[in-house]
Amino acid sequence: MKNIVKKTALYDIHKKAGAKLVEFAGYYMPIQYKGINDEHKRVRSSVGIFDVSHMGEFEISGAKAEEFLQYMTINDVKNLAVNQVQYSALCYEDGGIVDDLLVYRFQDKIILIVNASNLEKDFLWLKDHLIDGVELKNRSDEFSLLAVQGRKAEATLQKLTDSNLSQLETYWLTEGKVAGIPAMIARTGYTGEDGFEVMIENKHAKQTWQAIMEAGKEFEIEPIGLGARDTLRLEVKYCLYGNDIDKTTNPLEAGLGWITKLNKDGDFIGSDVLRKVKEEGLSRRLICFELAGKAIPRHGYKIMAEGEEIGYVTSGMYSPILNKPIGLGYVLINKTKIGTQLTIDIRDRKFPATIVKPPFYKRNY
Amino acid sequence: MELPKELKYTDEHEWVLVEDNVATIGITDYAQGELGDIVFVELPSVDDEIKQADPFGTIEAVKAVSDLFSPVSGKIVGVNEMLEDQPEIINASPYDEGWMIKVELSDVSELDSLLSADDYKQQIS
Repeated sequence: MKNIVKKTALYDIHKKAGAKLVEFAGYYMPIQYKGINDEHKRVRSSVGIFDVSHMGEFEISGAKAEEFLQYMTINDVKNLAVNQVQYSALCYEDGGIVDDLLVYRFQDKIILIVNASNLEKDFLWLKDHLIDGVELKNRSDEFSLLAVQGRKAEATLQKLTDSNLSQLETYWLTEGKVAGIPAMIARTGYTGEDGFEVMIENKHAKQTWQAIMEAGKEFEIEPIGLGARDTLRLEVKYCLYGNDIDKTTNPLEAGLGWITKLNKDGDFIGSDVLRKVKEEGLSRRLICFELAGKAIPRHGYKIMAEGEEIGYVTSGMYSPILNKPIGLGYVLINKTKIGTQLTIDIRDRKFPATIVKPPFYKRNY
Repeated sequence: MELPKELKYTDEHEWVLVEDNVATIGITDYAQGELGDIVFVELPSVDDEIKQADPFGTIEAVKAVSDLFSPVSGKIVGVNEMLEDQPEIINASPYDEGWMIKVELSDVSELDSLLSADDYKQQIS
């Protein structure tokens, strides 16, 4: 069988809204509706809603679920309370990254939210390491995931739920109802704004989407595509798997030391190598840069300093908020100081760039 | 989507309007839609010579970069200076205010190789 492209439960709604739908990670996904810049600014100024149902959901349960995930993930699962959410990653033995993910802890189970493009790889990786006393289920095809993001996200969603959202802290979740529909509401996101991710069963996806659109009308809510999702995340230096992190990069050099718990209770896959990397010191690090000139640095372009090649670009784009080209890239550790002058090779021309302090954008509320 | 009948097209999504011996060149409504928000355009200078099918510039959108190919050969006699600071004009008005360059034709017979609106429509459907 050739690759069959799947549709999320909201495909018809996207089509009707005039979305440009492209194949992404095996799904037809909306890359944009009205335009990436407008959508980006809407999320920064008010509120937007994203369909991220392509993301994978794995359910892990059983007496040894915590022990299993303590070994499989780099963050400290034992430190995670019921109803708390944790950003984490899976690593290979050599410290390279299998995927980055969110860990949702419930009373009786743990749910991992994984990147759509890595779903099958992640599932096999977990399955290959499964131990007795742990049950692993791929429930990705049952759930839809909606992200409501922006300073007006709480005001929008609060209209539809009895859960007190002002009491829900960042990186915590609650189980309640949204527009009368049973939902898991987490105060998480990938935009650098306040916001929520709402998980519901597929059969309720359309109804929930429409209710949120209606509730957000007074804030001029708009649907936001994957294009703006990418530009939003880059302005706040959130890593994108396949661009900034992959099997050839380790979490320490990617700036993910804060989730790499080398001293937690128990080893994890990759911990030996990562401990050694930390002892010996990094050889390179992911930096943020701004480019002077009219061109966009893109993944794989060479980064030079004083005539020497010192690294490569991992992500780049035109920042709608800063109105200039920005990017991320790995450079040699002795060239990572803020203010270091770089040149980026863009199609045989050299553009000056400067290393700047992350993130490019920080919300002010 | 708009496809003015009076224009000629290329399969690289440029349009050409010929008046006297001068061709005005831009990209089609379809192309701007596919590219999405355009953030930079790099164009040649007046008096540069360009050749049919050679790249004459680049266009950067948020998600993609693309070369611009010349539909005709000749000498550049006009460049749309507005695009330097407001490249988004191409998204808003691809056939009118979003024109890119004007070329004094060196070989009128090259126009025969261009597509009609109907031919181009078939290419992109």
